[in-house]
Amino acid sequence: MTPVAGWTAAEMMAVAAARELRDGQVCFVGIGLPSTAANLARRTHAPEVVLVYESGTIGAKPSRLPLSIGDGELAETADLVVSVPEVFAYWLQAGRIDVGFLGAAQLDRLGNLNTTVIGPYDRPEVRLPGAGGAPEIAAGAHAVIVVLRHSRRAFVEVLDFVTTRARPEVVVTDLGVLRPTGPGDELVLHSLHPGATVEEARAATGWELLVADDVVETPAPSADELGALRALVAGDAAVVGS
Amino acid sequence: MSAVLRPLAEAIADHVRDGDVVALEGFTHLIPFAAGHELLRQGRADLHLVRMTPDVLYDQLIGAGCARALTFSWGGNPGVGSLHRLRDAVEHGWPRPLELHEHSHAGMAARYGAGAAGLPFGVLRGYAGTDLPAVSTEVAAVACPFTGEVLAAVPALRPDVTVVHAQQADRAGNVQLWGITGVHKEAVLSARRAVVTVEEVVDELVPRPGGIVLPAWILAAVCHVPGGAHPSYAQGYSERDNDWYAAWDEISRDRVAFSAWLADEGLLPGVAVAT
Repeated sequence: MTPVAGWTAAEMMAVAAARELRDGQVCFVGIGLPSTAANLARRTHAPEVVLVYESGTIGAKPSRLPLSIGDGELAETADLVVSVPEVFAYWLQAGRIDVGFLGAAQLDRLGNLNTTVIGPYDRPEVRLPGAGGAPEIAAGAHAVIVVLRHSRRAFVEVLDFVTTRARPEVVVTDLGVLRPTGPGDELVLHSLHPGATVEEARAATGWELLVADDVVETPAPSADELGALRALVAGDAAVVGS
Repeated sequence: MSAVLRPLAEAIADHVRDGDVVALEGFTHLIPFAAGHELLRQGRADLHLVRMTPDVLYDQLIGAGCARALTFSWGGNPGVGSLHRLRDAVEHGWPRPLELHEHSHAGMAARYGAGAAGLPFGVLRGYAGTDLPAVSTEVAAVACPFTGEVLAAVPALRPDVTVVHAQQADRAGNVQLWGITGVHKEAVLSARRAVVTVEEVVDELVPRPGGIVLPAWILAAVCHVPGGAHPSYAQGYSERDNDWYAAWDEISRDRVAFSAWLADEGLLPGVAVAT
């Protein structure tokens, strides 16, 4: 991707993903890119967003990005800490989660996800971590946001394994933003990040990527968004406050 | 049976046997590393390991050849990457093939809950539209007898022994844990025998917000093992050693380096041989 002055593709992706969360939403957060984006949203336009992690920390307010879903600060800052069986049953399955925020290794044209294997299940070329919370997050949350890097390895015609059946309302990548507005709810590229091109997006997709006629440019990260993101990543609690 | 404060080596020798279904649980927090290492030292073999989130400890046990099978829902080194020893076992059968029993987190939680409740299966709204039921004998469809809704049924999980770490025990062997308690309660209550290692033995357990108390009379053994969660952590006692987890990536990448590490740490059970 052509380098753009002032921010990295990964930063643009985090900012674009954060923008998809609305203030006050209850958000079940997967670790990694989803956690970065959800925490960024809480520190910018969505201070009332409720972060729920699968470790049972409900209403977590970490001052720095957690390395894992079980970080002590999540428990220390949460409104309540419940057991893992409880968070999956009473909070997710019972329909109390507005948005599920997921990452993945592979994604297909509908937004289904693979985090299980590359190659056949019984003798995989690559054994991936597994399902974790993803299948029930996708099934139980009222809406799903997926964030992952856009590449041919990730955007495949046929998933090696369907770990998670998902119909995300939006997929945010390091190249742009896709929404399920195509025939049969197929994902369509609606927005390209500054510096990214349709050709790049097509080349990084293992199927014939649908592109909106009126594809727009993603607004660049603002100084506030970038500042908040960098402070979070640096663990600079003093700058950002809690 | 009632728990008595016992030395760790004794508790492991008495309660973890070759071939057992063993859960060493901890959802990032309160992971019983010391107990797991004692298990390694004693050369336990042919274990069916159970853990929602196999992490570095399981990478070590699997890489050392202790395990014939693994029941799990997510296996990785959080924030760092893959578990190389787990992958080597699954991808290449080294040091021995590993039979996988795979679920989602919600499925594992339902399995443990059913086991804890003495029921034969757990039920959840899960797995629909995924490939997991096709590769598993542990997911079935069941229809609600009242509404007709089709749901997923998963068999109860009843480990032969569960081992967990906790913050405190009193001198009678009653245990309290708090913070991210994960699936500790269900894992202990679903097991035929439970061993708990604790940071501190106190005169009296002072109730903590969100604290879980495990009375002595449901535990087989309680062991005083300060730092028994390291490199994981115990809320109020230690911090997670993130550098250690990061360093594991290099140590575990290569069979020879890993085997050398086992030997250096005095953890060689005399089972696995690097090739």
